Amino acid sequence: MSGTATASVNRPPGSPGSPNGSGAAASASLPPELARAARRRRLVPYLLLLAGVAWLLVFFVAPMVYQASTSVQTGSLEAGFKVTWHFATYWDALHAYWPQFVRSLAYSAIATVLCLAIGYPLAYTIAFRAGRWRNVVMMLVIAPFFTSFLIRTLAWETILADQGPVVSFLNHVHVLDVTSWLGVTSGDRVMATPLAVVCGLTYNFLPFMVLPLYTSLERVDGRLHEAAGDLYATPFTTFRKVTFPLSLPGVVAGTLLTFIPASGDYINAELLGSTNQKMVGSVIQSQFLRVLDYPTAAALSFILMAVILAIVTVYIRRAGTEELV
Amino acid sequence: MTTPRTTPGSTPDPAPGSAPGATPETVPAAASGTAPAPGTDSAAAPTPDAPPDAVLLGGLGKRYGSFTAVHPLDLAVPKGSFFALLGASGCGKTTTLRMIAGLEPPTSGSVRLGGKDVTALPAYKRPVNTVFQNYALFPHLDIFENVAFGLRRRGIKSVKKQVGEMLDLVQLGPLARRKPHQLSGGQQQRVAVARALINQPEVLLLDEPLGALDLKLRRQMQLELKRIQTEVGITFIHVTHDQEEAMTMADTVAVMNAGRVEQMGAPADLYENPASTFVANFLGTSNLIEAEVASVAGGVLHLTTAGGPLTLPAARCAVPAAVGGKVLAGVRPEKITLAHRDDEQRIPAGRNRVTGRIADSSFIGVSTQFVVDSPVGAALEVFVPNVDRDQRLVPGAEVVLHWNPEHTFGLDAAQDIDAGTDEEEAA
Repeated sequence: MSGTATASVNRPPGSPGSPNGSGAAASASLPPELARAARRRRLVPYLLLLAGVAWLLVFFVAPMVYQASTSVQTGSLEAGFKVTWHFATYWDALHAYWPQFVRSLAYSAIATVLCLAIGYPLAYTIAFRAGRWRNVVMMLVIAPFFTSFLIRTLAWETILADQGPVVSFLNHVHVLDVTSWLGVTSGDRVMATPLAVVCGLTYNFLPFMVLPLYTSLERVDGRLHEAAGDLYATPFTTFRKVTFPLSLPGVVAGTLLTFIPASGDYINAELLGSTNQKMVGSVIQSQFLRVLDYPTAAALSFILMAVILAIVTVYIRRAGTEELV
Repeated sequence: MTTPRTTPGSTPDPAPGSAPGATPETVPAAASGTAPAPGTDSAAAPTPDAPPDAVLLGGLGKRYGSFTAVHPLDLAVPKGSFFALLGASGCGKTTTLRMIAGLEPPTSGSVRLGGKDVTALPAYKRPVNTVFQNYALFPHLDIFENVAFGLRRRGIKSVKKQVGEMLDLVQLGPLARRKPHQLSGGQQQRVAVARALINQPEVLLLDEPLGALDLKLRRQMQLELKRIQTEVGITFIHVTHDQEEAMTMADTVAVMNAGRVEQMGAPADLYENPASTFVANFLGTSNLIEAEVASVAGGVLHLTTAGGPLTLPAARCAVPAAVGGKVLAGVRPEKITLAHRDDEQRIPAGRNRVTGRIADSSFIGVSTQFVVDSPVGAALEVFVPNVDRDQRLVPGAEVVLHWNPEHTFGLDAAQDIDAGTDEEEAA
């Protein structure tokens, strides 16, 4: 018993040791001054959490409560809003704006899939093939963050401009005929179409996909590739059976980091789309800032949050990340 | 506690031709006369009717720019043998192993496995399997799936019986559904062996497989591996820097130094008849005494040294010795008897003897190790078994070292007398 006690006393102060269990059992038989020291040490983890908890209370819990109460208020800007437990606002909001909900989820799902398709090979190359260029390429991935989200999106307005070289080229090789037939562009325009919005979303959220993918791929031991090859796995099978399963935590993190903000985004839809490409983020924004219908805006926000939460929960269950190392 | 069994997973054809290479052309037909053409592999080409060697390296070499990791190497490993590549780190032994496995492309020469040239084949088409130094177990798969990995890649559907048998062979049956990180180092090591062996490779390559284990477990696993090898009869090539490990397990040891094989042979033969100072010092310990040949008579060399005459059987001298030529006379510490100076008269005639003074002694249980300073050289080592301990043999005592002249070996004096000693300590 004294052995355990000595060991726990020797632990460096401030280390967030187990706040219960063996430490508590050992402290019972300790002399008073050591028991006090043990109690102090048990408090340390909570002290370290203090700042974060305070932040969450002020900037997350309080606004949530406030928004929740707003969503069940009725009234007008002139007469003031009162809590009347008017839950019908939720139903009305969903009824009026379900197309925007569906569109938001569809656009962000497509953008997420595109991000994965572009980001995985990129992250794989950086992790395993870039050698000494690794940091340079990583830098290039992050470089767009040095300028504002808005500017980057506006740049796409130029890229996809009606008379611009990209659209002229796509028109020339009849790609736009195909995309128009698919309904993602209209005529010889790319701007103000679903394609433009999805392009913007994909571009803007790509780094959020690449970074976690890279982190998880970089942790995959290259010697496992050799071991798989030694056990008759072709390079493709090695990827399928070893590399990809081991990178799944990165895939899950990357898709969540892309899908969640993309489904609430409105900048891309506002700048690159038309009224036909409005996402739910745009609706919430205009309800809050232009229509000034706060209850509807708050209700829409909560619906969006609930939907995303449900999707994410199902997704994580299915991906089974807790099974992965 | 295993029951004796035949080749594990004996459902598939256990003939030598059952090389696990998925493609038919990697399967050598044992009887189709694919023995290497004489001349190309002159170093070790088998006679036409002998079975082909499991591994035949012809001038296999590896250079990195101007650095030669492995000098062109000819090597034949007979089927069913337990072969050890022994050397200090950086001597090229692991590179050689990786070239056999196909994980490293050679810059010269060829690799033949079971008579079939595989030099151009990628690792996944070669009928070899490797036990990696860090085991390289797949962390996302359980033990069963780790062991089944090779079978599944070859399209074998019903693996349950074979994997079960293999896990029994390495005594891990009950842990089949654990993940690698839930196992101890010794257990992981056995999974790595099982994962490789289940494929019944032409050759099993072991890259310092016991390096990460503590001493006691290492001893246990040495015997375990030896037992498994005897049971399955597969050719093992074992890379290690631990000379004791190599001698315990292997029936043939090749000592590598600076990208070359210094000497190759049975462990006892290497130990008793080292051909170079490196081998003499790297395998165990040797006392090397600088000497000059005074006369040659009746198969015996009479030597003069700074501390008196010694005799050496001419047959045990690794270099042709002429009168006046320099040689190094060597003797192993345990062959030497230590007598107090007062007892010098009782030493039988005809023994090699050297006088000196004990500089240090350490009691290590089964024996006492003495360091003796003498005119022939400082720090001669003597291991005296603790049968009757002579209380007079303490540091400072004047002593006589004597041994049977038959136990003396001769080496070329034109070598670094200390070659291999540092590495020995590092290991």
